[in-house]
Amino acid sequence: MSNALFQYTLRLGDSSLILAQRLSEWTGHGPFLEEDLALTNIALDTLGTAKSFLEYAAQVEGKGRTDDDLAFFRNEREFFNPLITEQPNGDYAKTMVRQVIMDVYHLYLYKELAKSKDTTLSGIAQKAIKEVTYHVRHSASWLERFGNGTDESHQRAQDALNELWQYTQELFETPGSEKELLAQGVAVNLQDIQAKWETHVDELIRKANLKKPENVFMQRGSLDGIHTEHLGYLLAEMQHLPRMHPTAKW
Amino acid sequence: MLHSPGHILSILQQVPDPEIPVISIVELGVIRDIQVNGSAVEVKITPTYSGCPAMKQIEDDVRAILKKEGFEEVIVKTVFDPPWTTDWIPEEAKEKLRRYGIAPPEHTTQDKSWLTGKQKTVLCPRCRSANTQLISQFGSTACKALYQCKDCLEPFDYFKCI
Ligand SMILES: [Zn+2]
Repeated sequence: MSNALFQYTLRLGDSSLILAQRLSEWTGHGPFLEEDLALTNIALDTLGTAKSFLEYAAQVEGKGRTDDDLAFFRNEREFFNPLITEQPNGDYAKTMVRQVIMDVYHLYLYKELAKSKDTTLSGIAQKAIKEVTYHVRHSASWLERFGNGTDESHQRAQDALNELWQYTQELFETPGSEKELLAQGVAVNLQDIQAKWETHVDELIRKANLKKPENVFMQRGSLDGIHTEHLGYLLAEMQHLPRMHPTAKW
Repeated sequence: MLHSPGHILSILQQVPDPEIPVISIVELGVIRDIQVNGSAVEVKITPTYSGCPAMKQIEDDVRAILKKEGFEEVIVKTVFDPPWTTDWIPEEAKEKLRRYGIAPPEHTTQDKSWLTGKQKTVLCPRCRSANTQLISQFGSTACKALYQCKDCLEPFDYFKCI
């Protein structure tokens, strides 16, 4: 039980941590000042949620590790974030398409998790819902603007959608270890969320006059710690400082 | 020394918010519960935003002031449920925010316009004009949005209603 809960919480934490790391790469590089602030704020919210999940994961594990240990001293194969979160930012259209997919996913995931029998998980989720509601408004408005903007912005948004769609099915996969947590009302039923996610994302794609990709070969692997080549580079940047100075305090 | 939760609350009233020092952490609404047991005290705090970097500072400040007041053991715990809301900021504190140049949260979260995206009128904290516009949903810190007054032309922070 507690090992399953550790794995479950760890995956929730990894998902937010890696997405936050990607978003923070825009800090100081945003297309204009307000967007730079927006992305940095969204990165901070997402990192805060990651920290809450990883603190709880460390506590559930009970081996004396901290949230920092989990973030900085695990290797690529020990991370369980969905593949889409580690995909490079690309242009702003790609970052926003990835963000639409993840914001809508998080919105419904946290709405369900807020009802979890595990009071810590439900508390973190209730907190996150308020923030993610703002995030969805932000990314959805950009998708609409790109889709209905110039030929160039439309094409870039469509290209991003076509490229990222292959990573969407994996978001709704449930590992065997979660069955028990699901029965206990601790974990969330991802199949229920998938239906809500699809309806919402379909509507956003339609409003942006974009085309939903069809017959896409769906990638998978993160449930087993198998990642795309991008995660290793991301971790190298994220982890190098604490690994070089493991006893540093600030 | 009077070791009642009310007494401790009055001590914590003296701790300013690290980012907006014109209001106290009690007025901000992050103090959720106080338990006293002799010279030991446990304070429960809740974050304003998940990633609010001021939370660690608030925790340290609570510990420091209560130690100074003679409590030997001070435990500060973070709780998430119920999630923080701007509804917990009292009217007097909202007036302090306004005088400081930050437009306070308008109305309460019962008003669901923040969900539907319909914008409400935010008054300029400087000239009180209602002729203002939203520049960005995201401002200088997680709790604020960026507005501009179209009369006096000053940009200003708006404390988001959540
Ligand atoms: Zn004005």
